[in-house]
Amino acid sequence: MIDTWVPPQVARTFAGVVGLLVVASAIVGWIARGERAARHGELVARVKSWWIMVAVFATAILLSQTGAIVFFALLSFLALKEYLSLVPTRRADRRVLFWVYLTVPLQFWWVHDRWYNMFLVFIPVWAVLFVASRMVLRGETRDFLRAVGILHWGMLTMVFALSHLAYLLVLPEKQGDMASGAGLLLFVVLLTQLNDVLQFVWGKLLGKRPVLPTVSPKKTVEGLVGGVLTTTALAYVIAPVLTPLSPPHALAAGLMIGLGGFIGDVTISALKRDLGVKDAGTLIPGHGGVLDRIDSLLFTGPVFFHFMKYFYY
Amino acid sequence: MRLIGLVLRLLFYGVVVRLVVLFVLGLNVRHRERLPLKGPAIIAANHNSHLDAMVLATLLPLRLLPRIRPVAAADYFLRGGLRSWFATEVVGIVPIRRQRTQPDEDLLAPVQAALERAEILIFFPEGTRGDPEQLGEFKSGLARLAERCPDVPVIPVFMHGLGKALPRGDWVLVPFFLDVFVGMPMRFAGDRAAFMADYRARMDALRADGSFAPWD
Repeated sequence: MIDTWVPPQVARTFAGVVGLLVVASAIVGWIARGERAARHGELVARVKSWWIMVAVFATAILLSQTGAIVFFALLSFLALKEYLSLVPTRRADRRVLFWVYLTVPLQFWWVHDRWYNMFLVFIPVWAVLFVASRMVLRGETRDFLRAVGILHWGMLTMVFALSHLAYLLVLPEKQGDMASGAGLLLFVVLLTQLNDVLQFVWGKLLGKRPVLPTVSPKKTVEGLVGGVLTTTALAYVIAPVLTPLSPPHALAAGLMIGLGGFIGDVTISALKRDLGVKDAGTLIPGHGGVLDRIDSLLFTGPVFFHFMKYFYY
Repeated sequence: MRLIGLVLRLLFYGVVVRLVVLFVLGLNVRHRERLPLKGPAIIAANHNSHLDAMVLATLLPLRLLPRIRPVAAADYFLRGGLRSWFATEVVGIVPIRRQRTQPDEDLLAPVQAALERAEILIFFPEGTRGDPEQLGEFKSGLARLAERCPDVPVIPVFMHGLGKALPRGDWVLVPFFLDVFVGMPMRFAGDRAAFMADYRARMDALRADGSFAPWD
């Protein structure tokens, strides 16, 4: 057994994820067999990328608590960089963007330091006010409201929202309970990503009625409902292994992750559609950029964190 | 080149530049396969930032490093001191004078000599970094060089992003993803004006291929 800081059930859940990937690879290998390979190239690339993402994520989580926090800081940096490369920015704000990037190491330092109050107010209060002041003191009023809104929203989603996942890691150990921060983190990340896949699969199998055609034409009511229900059921099954959630709370958390994941996904889709791009980047073959993969986590992370904080911590 | 210089170049391009370009910045390269895998060759790109040449150098395999030479203005980089040493020994520039000091001076001679040594030149036909993210006028030096070495392929490369990340006159590096679009190799066909018009057209086509976030 590997020596790791996380409780054994977290390591066992990762083993389960690897099993799931083996099954998924076998199914996709069968779908894309022989001459069908060309038609399903993106699906094959997507499953391959899942292997790499699971390997990187598992390494980051299992290695050490600090390592896991650094991993989320890097993820936040990459997402912010994709966002700021995509959105319109003003030349006058070049130095301001530097300050925006600086919020990433600071915000994750508060997490590492377990400074909860600073973690909560740093971006919504201090960073938001500082960036606005810095911008207005440049004296450039053209597109001011648009520019300040774009930078505020970027910090709130790509840094503040994402840092909630890292804060799960440092929540205090529950006495007499096997649950730990790593378990909570794995619970919300696993269910959010499964929810994405399940909504896709249910949509492929039964999808007929579009649910939000102006934003994401391929998403269907059947995919959404099937995905949310399956995710809720999975939450009920997995919660006793990884979390202190009571059965009714587990169902509520599953429902919130299912719906929150959908909203996060379509929010980033709306942003990309507004800007006229298909993917936010090219880093992950078959998926797009980092932002295309973590879009749903931007919503499920904070929602699940405050649900846990209110009822359990 | 001396051994110590080569070791420094390996550390600089192999570690420092790659870390900055691949992690702090990040690349979106189209048609990397069109880049040359041996010298002599001329990579002709638009110019926005001191980092342009470094980014282009990271696109080629590290084993080619001893052959990669950015062509750079002697009047700017060879003003003595640390900058001269760094430009010559570590970055490995081929210095070129932008103004003649004698009427019959052959400004392109050192560059031509580098091509005859089968080196891969990184060349900026605009001759200056100019305004960030604006394509300036391409000077005819590229055509003159291609005319003298008609067998050497010229590869047009359009770059976007470094004018935002590290523009002229600023020293704070702000992370942005970079777009690098590589065009098909071209060769000199007998007419300088036609060559430059062709180059300009290819650069415009490469630029039109991308969609860039507004920056103004």
